[in-house]
Amino acid sequence: MAVIAPAIKPAIATRLLRSRSDRRRAAFDRTMRTIALLAALVCVVPLGAVILFVAINGAPALNLDLLTKAPKALGTGGGAASAILGSLQMIPLAALMAIPIGIAAAIYVAEFSGTRSARIVRFAADVLVGIPSILIGIFVFTMLVLPFHQFNAFAGSVALALLMIPVIMRTSEEILRLVPGSLREASLALGIPMWRTVLSVVLRTGLGGILTGVMLAVARAFGETAPLLFTALGSRLVNVGNFSKPMDSLPLFVYTNARAPFTVLNQQAWGAALLLLLIVLTINIAVRARSFRRNVS
Amino acid sequence: MTTVQPPGRSLEGGSGGAADRLFRNGTRVAGSFLVIALIAIGVMLWLSSSQAFGTFGLGFVTGLTWDPVASIYGALPYVVGTILTSLIAVIVAAPIGVLTAIFLAELAPRRLSIPLTFMIELLAAIPSVVFGLWGVFVLGPFLGHTVEAWAVEHLGWIPIFAGPAYGIGLFTAGIILAIMIVPTIVSISREVISSVPASQREAMAALGATRWEIVTKAVLPYARSGIVGAIILGLGRALGETMAVTMVIGNGQDIPHGLFDQAQTIASKIATTFNEASVGIQTSSLIALGFILLVITIALNVVARLLVWRVAGPPGAR
Repeated sequence: MAVIAPAIKPAIATRLLRSRSDRRRAAFDRTMRTIALLAALVCVVPLGAVILFVAINGAPALNLDLLTKAPKALGTGGGAASAILGSLQMIPLAALMAIPIGIAAAIYVAEFSGTRSARIVRFAADVLVGIPSILIGIFVFTMLVLPFHQFNAFAGSVALALLMIPVIMRTSEEILRLVPGSLREASLALGIPMWRTVLSVVLRTGLGGILTGVMLAVARAFGETAPLLFTALGSRLVNVGNFSKPMDSLPLFVYTNARAPFTVLNQQAWGAALLLLLIVLTINIAVRARSFRRNVS
Repeated sequence: MTTVQPPGRSLEGGSGGAADRLFRNGTRVAGSFLVIALIAIGVMLWLSSSQAFGTFGLGFVTGLTWDPVASIYGALPYVVGTILTSLIAVIVAAPIGVLTAIFLAELAPRRLSIPLTFMIELLAAIPSVVFGLWGVFVLGPFLGHTVEAWAVEHLGWIPIFAGPAYGIGLFTAGIILAIMIVPTIVSISREVISSVPASQREAMAALGATRWEIVTKAVLPYARSGIVGAIILGLGRALGETMAVTMVIGNGQDIPHGLFDQAQTIASKIATTFNEASVGIQTSSLIALGFILLVITIALNVVARLLVWRVAGPPGAR
């Protein structure tokens, strides 16, 4: 407080004092603002560095073989077809479980529940988001792997779904609360029952935003490794449609191949990482650019 | 937002009544699912770890050895590894993250703040395993040859800076974690700072304060507890982060003595050994590690949410 005192003194005193202390204050202001700018730039450097190095190392490895061939015996090449197909099976199944539950929970919190139970559900969702994903993996392991003595892709999907549900619920709920009450009233005044009102008026109005949340959850699920380690396990075999057996996924493929002591496999890890990064960033950029444009306009 | 109590209730017994009740109960089941899942996770981890806690008691937390052959399990080296890596991450990420949030919320012109916010959100979207791959082959060797090598050469007489500098170990893991938690700290701090009433800033501005004085004397005091909450949320994320850390921390089994030692965190220990563990006391001990992590992260999350709510208001009340 003492520092700003000169500024509120009468004009004469200000003129006398301005010279030194104000110049010092202005200089300090400029310095700190520059430091803040530098901090913001430092935050962005890793983004550039990761994308750059993954692109440089991954581009040569991201070829037709990687996309279409199954992994071969250790250290001799092949591709990531098992992992790509695995991700493309486990994630849709996870989404199939997570989207209805997540959106229904959001409808409950936004439309039906009292303040108290809404707060409890919201709180549970926030805590679930904060739980390390590897613990979700252990939980699903004890529920769906241990009893059957078999790592299986279904357990992997359930683990991914458990990660997606709270994300979908929280974003959908925020959107539903933005839908104006007058729309509900208009619909109800026409004698349309509540459930139809919610489904075809409220949900329809918020569809764009809900879709954003769903796509971000899918992107997150694409990159998750830890919850799959003890559930889907990963596999070097192409597994199509057999959810009771282990299955590979793109991030699992990156992880195992990065740790393998063969350069060929390391290169495949870079190629798969580039593919993974392309998928995740494309979804994110497409979805966020849309909502950004809406915010700006 | 106050939603109108559905007049559908007065139509109860009419055409929509039964369907409405079914629909409402259906959504209630989905809502309770989240609460039940949370409780089930806690209960299952507790039950599965009871064998370890029953055998070793609280000594499990303070035990120094992890020896499957002798069937002795102690968690301390991994607890310490977890705390140290997360501490490094927070020390690096908190000042940078908070300064960035201040810049984005208070100082930057829109044409700068919008793309920067966008890029920081993208940073949060990069999968952990990609950070890990980059960490092993790029960041680790880079830090090993520059920062670590320099520190070992010039500060090596201080025990914690003693070499050798592998580029794989505590320090690299901490830096990777810092990169990964910066987006969390930035986005939540920014939200908290934005919720500070404009009147606070205007009052300072009317007194002739500079932009930076407005930030430090009006905005930050008001937003302080929320910013602390944002940092704690970042810390919570760092504690549980698995893949990137597993890939760059090495496989040290002892309590690390220096900044550049190889170590192991709770999450990385579980990730690397869970599948090879024999069912029984060994698996139970690994799950007990997970239970410790669960308790810590939930406690931190609850505290952090409450702090953020104090400034920005609970979600739904805005």
